[in-house]
Amino acid sequence: MTVAGSPAVTTNVGRPFLGGRRLSLDWVGAVPYLTYVGLFLVLPSVIIGIGALLDANNAFTLDNFRNLSRSYVVKATIDTTVLSAITAFLGAVFGALLAYAIVTGSPNGILRRLTISASGVLAQFGGVTLAFAFIASIGPAGFVYLFAQAHGFDFYKQDLWLFEIPGLDLVYLYFQIPLMVLVFLPALDGIKPQWREAAESLGGNTWHYWRHVAGPLLFPAFLGSVLLLFANAFSAYATANALINQGQPVLAQQIAGALSSEVGAYEPGFAKAIAIEMIIIVTLVTVLYTLLQRRTARWL
Amino acid sequence: MKLGSFTRHLGLAVVAVFAVAACGNTGGGGAASCSAAKTAKSAADCGGMDALVKAAQAEGKLNVIALPRDWANYGAILDGFHAKYGIAITSDNPDGSSQQEVDAIKQLGSTSRGPDVVDVGMAVALANTNLFAPYKVATWGDVLDSQKESTGLWIQDYGGFMSIGYDSSKVPEIKSIDDLFGSQFKGKVALNGNPKQANAALNGVMMANLAEGGSLDDVSKGVDFFKRLKAAGNFSKTQATTATVKNGTTPVVFDWDYLSAGHGKDVPTWKVFVPSNAILGGYYAQAVSKDAPHPAAARLWEEYLYSDEGQNLWLKGLARPVRQKAMTDKGTVDSVAAGKLPPVNGTPQFMSDAQSTAAKNYVVAHWDAAIA
Amino acid sequence: MAVAARSIQRTRWIKLQVFRYVVFLLAAIFFLVPLGAMVEFSTRANDGSRTLDYWKAIPSYPDLTGAIAASLQLAVITSIVMLVLLVPTMVWVRLKLPRLTRIIEFMSLLPLTIPAIVLVVGLFPMYIWLNNNLSDSILTLSLAYVVLVLPYCYRAIDAGLGAIDVKTLTEAARSLGASWFTVMWRVIVPNISNAILNATLLSVALVLGEYTIANNLLYNNLQVELVHLARDNAGVSIAVAVAALLFAFALLVVLAFVGGRPRRVHDEPATALAGPLAASQT
Repeated sequence: MTVAGSPAVTTNVGRPFLGGRRLSLDWVGAVPYLTYVGLFLVLPSVIIGIGALLDANNAFTLDNFRNLSRSYVVKATIDTTVLSAITAFLGAVFGALLAYAIVTGSPNGILRRLTISASGVLAQFGGVTLAFAFIASIGPAGFVYLFAQAHGFDFYKQDLWLFEIPGLDLVYLYFQIPLMVLVFLPALDGIKPQWREAAESLGGNTWHYWRHVAGPLLFPAFLGSVLLLFANAFSAYATANALINQGQPVLAQQIAGALSSEVGAYEPGFAKAIAIEMIIIVTLVTVLYTLLQRRTARWL
Repeated sequence: MKLGSFTRHLGLAVVAVFAVAACGNTGGGGAASCSAAKTAKSAADCGGMDALVKAAQAEGKLNVIALPRDWANYGAILDGFHAKYGIAITSDNPDGSSQQEVDAIKQLGSTSRGPDVVDVGMAVALANTNLFAPYKVATWGDVLDSQKESTGLWIQDYGGFMSIGYDSSKVPEIKSIDDLFGSQFKGKVALNGNPKQANAALNGVMMANLAEGGSLDDVSKGVDFFKRLKAAGNFSKTQATTATVKNGTTPVVFDWDYLSAGHGKDVPTWKVFVPSNAILGGYYAQAVSKDAPHPAAARLWEEYLYSDEGQNLWLKGLARPVRQKAMTDKGTVDSVAAGKLPPVNGTPQFMSDAQSTAAKNYVVAHWDAAIA
Repeated sequence: MAVAARSIQRTRWIKLQVFRYVVFLLAAIFFLVPLGAMVEFSTRANDGSRTLDYWKAIPSYPDLTGAIAASLQLAVITSIVMLVLLVPTMVWVRLKLPRLTRIIEFMSLLPLTIPAIVLVVGLFPMYIWLNNNLSDSILTLSLAYVVLVLPYCYRAIDAGLGAIDVKTLTEAARSLGASWFTVMWRVIVPNISNAILNATLLSVALVLGEYTIANNLLYNNLQVELVHLARDNAGVSIAVAVAALLFAFALLVVLAFVGGRPRRVHDEPATALAGPLAASQT
């Protein structure tokens, strides 16, 4: 859709990518971002990676990576991955529903602004205080539990699940859902009424609309948000550490333990090896996400 | 164009903020009567106490780390030092572990924010003497040889005994450690931290070990105790904080007696129990950082801590200061505060470095599976 | 036919409203009950009566105002740097370098894969150099914070850019002689103002709530000072946490009201191009 003829046109759309004089200038546009991220992210990651290959005397060793097969680390890896996947998926679904409820209201209304502000705050709310918020409400001394118990429903009869992985699943949703709302809302804003009209004019009902029109169009953004939620839960530390302080069920706790142990279980190289393992896992999930994206975007 | 000038002004504002912030860092110590503070091994090397005080005041600042105000009355000690010498104190990383303290020296020691002094557990002190500067305080002679490093690299400061603190309004009185298996303790017993990580927790497991008939060399009975406690449903895996204690989620906590006593502020019915067959003591140690950005202030801080005033402030925090016996003999001890210490009837035991390492190795290998 | 269509519309509208209210009710219960528990605890005295003492103790901490000021400055700097770095790059990549998309996306996600507690270990060398050569100020934290907010802001802005037709808008504007700066500032940005707002909200909230990196670099930002405060006693620790949440919420509400009018893209399809086009139409 280029407008031809005007000498003021400087866009190179339509010109061959390779061999054009503009090639080098295009790459310059990504340089600031890449440099910044290179300095403050890639470089630290490389430092961590090198640290994982050194032992206490700064000699090269693969022991740190070998120690990743320790049983409690393997267990933590599996538990953390499953925990992140569950809370990412549930958080995305509930968050999308909540986002849709918000976006179908008045776009300039107070409700929308209040809910996105609240989402912003709650998305970053975590740690000891979030754990305590749940402990104080549904914990064994919390008023919700005591109320239920007084009325015959003791939901800790079997075991104190709040301080096990299921409890962590629930508490994580508290920040996963608001995060989903904030990152998915812009995608929902892009829903055009023309889509609905088009679906109807072809005889489709609400189900058809969502299944064949809006759903696939929103799916890339949805999937990207799920990925973000997964990574968010995967590296979360403070909330898990406050809720379940014994057993270090989450990988990030294993890292913190190896880094800050004051009883002598100090293994910085091992901590870094776990961090590299976490990067690899998230990379694998990202690859999976990319493949899924390509498959679903095919029909567009 | 309006927008262009707007962004230009914005850019200038950002740069200005950075520039102002950079200029705000005023340099510390100038010349003082103690020019060799960095290598001074005692106040005498500095030209006497007065010279040390002057040099410290010229430096004007002290960086401390991992000293929460409610830990053994450190709040009053920080305030007392500041009031006496007028030196501003920056207190970083209040929740930090001993390992993080020495890491801060290793990583940021060369910057102006690095810690000047550290208060660390014995395991960390012994493993990191290469980071410390030797310094002998004026009251050096009052401390037993077993509680200090001969050249002054570290010196123990205060200690206490591992105890079981509990809210007597929520659980029945505890007369022996096996009471904890009772049904009224369901989901209520917690450690202060994770024994793979925290000094207090590891000592808690060792104390249970001794109470169950184990020895300092083998902590297996302690781990087994908690395994049985978890199986009975009485062991809580959540982090015990002042809030969870007050709200009744963790009304029973294994902790150092001086830390446990702090819960009395929130819970008037708080009691502290030390089993008579398991009196496990532990001391912390002071050290001056080799790269301390404020060397004179660091040394003055040590002098303050080991003066009668500093030691008595620790006593008020229900910790046992290392000079307590000497001060009692000299009559300078705060006898009112000493009288409030939980009574201890029996011989205290202390873990040696080797025993502590053996316990750590066992715990690291078996703890997670035991309390799963 | 029209009557039938209208009644379908009406039932759909009713169903939608029922759906909305049910969702809001469930969300309110889930999110407000734990917060209510915290408020209840922070106003509970040792003997069980209600008290505001813990709340009243908060303003009396002298180090708190300095920490609040520092955190606010960090929030501003981080948000601005993040937007300036991210928005033009993402637009540029969409237009000219689509093959870089996956790399940019992965790098944006990387900060989230590394727990802050170990990321700070990798940041030490950079900060030592910075502290000894450039500046010791707490504001240098913003450089690390920009990296921390990248994952969230990238996702929000990407969702916004995906909802508009960037290529067409840019081509139309460029063909009318707009410079790249005009394209960014007057064509793209107004159309993704919602996404930018959400990204800014996330960024501000993250900076205000960040603890680990500041703490391990021995800076005392708002959250570090709150931990100091929390050690005082249980009631104050929770009162201070709720106060920090309310403070962040108030700040974000102000931002949400000031930061552009939210509008859906399809409401005003022509206004996006009104700027550069208007001149040629009059």
